[in-house]
Amino acid sequence: MSTKIFKHIQSTVVPVNIENIDTDQIIPARFLKATTRDGFGNNLFRDWRFDENDNPKRDFILNDPLYSGKILLAAKNFGCGSSREHAAWAIADYGFDAVVSSFFADIFKGNALNNGLLPVQVSDGFLAKLFAAVEADPHAQVEIDLVDQFIKISATGEMENFEINPYKKACMTNGYDDIDYVLSKKELIEEFESNR
Amino acid sequence: MGQTLFDKIWDAHVVSSAEGFPDILYIDTHFIHEVTSPQAFDGLRKRGLPVFRPKQTVATADHNVPTWDQHLPIKEELSRYQVDMLTKNCAEFGIELYGLGHPFQGIVHVIGPELGITRPGCTYVCGDSHTSTHGAFGAIAFGIGTSQVEQVLATQCLLQSRPKRMKIEVNGQLQKGVGAKDIILYIISKISAAGGTGYAVEYAGDTIRSLSMEGRMTICNMSIEMGARCGLIAPDETTINYVKGREFAPKGEAWDKAVAYWQTLYSDEDADFDKVLSFDAADIEPMITYGTNPGMGIGVTQNVPATTDVEKAEQPSYTKALNYMGIHDAEPLLGKPVDYVFIGSCTNSRIEDLRQVAEFVKGKHKADNVTVWVVPGSKQVQEQAIREGLDKIFEAAGFPLREPGCSACLGMNEDKIPAGKYCVSTSNRNFEGRQGPNSRTFLASPLTAAASAITGVVTDIRQFLKEEELV
Repeated sequence: MSTKIFKHIQSTVVPVNIENIDTDQIIPARFLKATTRDGFGNNLFRDWRFDENDNPKRDFILNDPLYSGKILLAAKNFGCGSSREHAAWAIADYGFDAVVSSFFADIFKGNALNNGLLPVQVSDGFLAKLFAAVEADPHAQVEIDLVDQFIKISATGEMENFEINPYKKACMTNGYDDIDYVLSKKELIEEFESNR
Repeated sequence: MGQTLFDKIWDAHVVSSAEGFPDILYIDTHFIHEVTSPQAFDGLRKRGLPVFRPKQTVATADHNVPTWDQHLPIKEELSRYQVDMLTKNCAEFGIELYGLGHPFQGIVHVIGPELGITRPGCTYVCGDSHTSTHGAFGAIAFGIGTSQVEQVLATQCLLQSRPKRMKIEVNGQLQKGVGAKDIILYIISKISAAGGTGYAVEYAGDTIRSLSMEGRMTICNMSIEMGARCGLIAPDETTINYVKGREFAPKGEAWDKAVAYWQTLYSDEDADFDKVLSFDAADIEPMITYGTNPGMGIGVTQNVPATTDVEKAEQPSYTKALNYMGIHDAEPLLGKPVDYVFIGSCTNSRIEDLRQVAEFVKGKHKADNVTVWVVPGSKQVQEQAIREGLDKIFEAAGFPLREPGCSACLGMNEDKIPAGKYCVSTSNRNFEGRQGPNSRTFLASPLTAAASAITGVVTDIRQFLKEEELV
């Protein structure tokens, strides 16, 4: 089964400048009762986006028409807490292709990579530049290139390289997934079992 | 160069290791529950695959189950549907299910250890971040996402890069009234909610060694709250005695062979850790959190930090957390009124937690302003509590003993803390809305939670211990 292919994007950015965003904020537990992967985008950041009467909260950035795009920009330690993959599904379903932060929680990072959502980890300094660029111009364009592993602020040309496991990079740029790979090693697994 | 405990177990489970690829790690037991498995089973159906090793997969229903009148059909339609889907999927794919009504049903991280499924030297995964709990036995155990649940169902293996290794030592004598929950809340408050990210953490030192298995599970359970991939503690006599005789523990010759292996499971003297931290047990007070991540904790007698004491870059997040919690800068928490007390969750719902609380509340009664929920971690814990008469003690104290499940830890069932209310909770997370939309959570130990239920305000358990010594 293939996942979405990711090679290069250029887009405007939605900045959510909050540290330690846990997956309970990305998708609260009460929305985890679905049994398919679809539709989670409607409830992305649910309690920050909507009040108790389901009216959009004006002061939350996802409700600000000035900001849109395929890149979610967040402060450090993004995706901590619960292992719920629904968080990655919600971000991707809402329309984001990449999340940029200076630090990602392990399980979230793995979940994102398994769903064609690229986590781009940048330095604290470059993160500050990104936030500044979007603050100065909500329509600022940012490029993310997975093939050459860089992120660039289009207007200024400022850029930084980012790390990614070469195997996961190959999966994302080709659209194949872990299960295909592990299944191809089935004989090794059976051999391991018989030698125990 | 010697090896760490983590590396010994990891190496024994590597099926294949190739340059540039994550290792293929063999998983001994895969725990599943109703919330993170339905899409994985769907994936298998789409690929036309069976479950590779159904006998090494254990299922239970825990997140969505009611904790009152469990014999009746689940009222909430989506919860009932999710539990029904698990039943259907387990039947179709040949997996043993400890569902509602089964004597082994309970929170996934409580039943594994109590059934003797969780053992030293093994690998465990589950689509739940608190899988780190099982590391208390000297095992590698961590939470995974649904795509990985599908991967393990399909192959009994997981592609995984080896994390870095950290050792956290705690040495010295704990103060009276201070326990495992306080130790872990203290450590997380010192190293932050991200301080363990990228690491497998081994807990060591004489304070850790002195803990019961229940206490060790509480410590390892919250490893994820510092971002760690997993937490583990080398097995010893305490571990072996705990596992012995349990339902699925090895018996006879297999037992002797297992114990001989378990005795080789420790970090060698000259093992190299990427990071080592040390803490003194005497410095640890009963702990409580005031904010919206588990790293925002203080000794119960201390004041909440002033915003000016927080690093400038973190001040906006800090202010946001205090606003959410309705707490002022530099405010003391001691004496703050509470509305709910929740004793339960995979952190603190084991028989020892319930015994400790029962011993403390015997002859006392909760304050009128507080609603108390005591939720056992499993059917077996519930029945044992009843056999020991703990339910009667709880009843008399105004602490009704409910039925097992995840309950108000994350409120996927009916047990939710109402908006704006304060809950002293023995669970593991104080995130915004964690126990219900706009609920406010103070994380604490079972003793601190019980003492706060009795007085109706955030309380220092040591106050009671002093008074009781005088009597």
